[in-house]
Amino acid sequence: MHLILFFLFAGFCLAGAINLLLQSHPINSALSLIVVMTSLAVLYLLLGAEFLAAAQVIVYSGAIMVLFTFVVMLLNAGREERTMGSRTARSVGFPAVVAILGVIATVILKAQGLGVASLGDGLTSTEDLSRILFTELLLPFEVTSVLILIAILGAVALARHGHGDPDGDRERTATK
Amino acid sequence: MNSLFTQDVPLSWYLVLSAALFSLGIIGFLIKRNLITVFMSIELMLNAVNLSFVTFAHQWHAVKGQIFVFFVMMVAAAEAAVGLAIIIAVFRARATLAVDRIDLMKL
Repeated sequence: MHLILFFLFAGFCLAGAINLLLQSHPINSALSLIVVMTSLAVLYLLLGAEFLAAAQVIVYSGAIMVLFTFVVMLLNAGREERTMGSRTARSVGFPAVVAILGVIATVILKAQGLGVASLGDGLTSTEDLSRILFTELLLPFEVTSVLILIAILGAVALARHGHGDPDGDRERTATK
Repeated sequence: MNSLFTQDVPLSWYLVLSAALFSLGIIGFLIKRNLITVFMSIELMLNAVNLSFVTFAHQWHAVKGQIFVFFVMMVAAAEAAVGLAIIIAVFRARATLAVDRIDLMKL
């Protein structure tokens, strides 16, 4: 059962990722990214990370992707124009990607001592997770809350109306 | 057929899947020409790394690996908010999302 579920959702993941690359409209790319993220949540569940599976669906395929689709619709992003990009990216980038994938896959497949995952084995309960998170790792957790606060302030400051906007600047000087 | 239902999955397959997703993210970063889709490729790479973390957490029975994924998710949420705000500011200034035409830091 684990094998079937793994192949099914790994296939969804890869298909979604490839579809993200092939689609020329950003909204289609965003929807295929949601497929990737939700399939990853199922894979987390297969690996026994139940809290992370829930957080993946809520935070990634929920909050972050809503933000993405919201921005795509707000900016009315149309079909992207296909250009060849820079020559460096083509001549160095793609061989580098193939090399990275080859090296990582070789190392992983040669590695000894990696175990197997079976269904329902090694389930980490949310209780175990939160016990460590709120005792040993309390300081990093609190620091992250400060980070998110700063990110909110930064996002509001950046997206404020008229920021870096020639028309907005002109309007403001005109009203003065 | 029965063995198909009871067979376990080697953890190395999860790691190879993670590497493949990461490579697809890099390829997306190289070939996509829309600022938002380039940003989506970065999110894809972050997700691929998270899968590696969860796999190793399963391998070593280490809860801290999963907590690290939780932190990555929080940082990714903050990064998405700020990044998309920057994209909106860039679009207001340049009226385009094509990365070929956004090649200067100053206006």
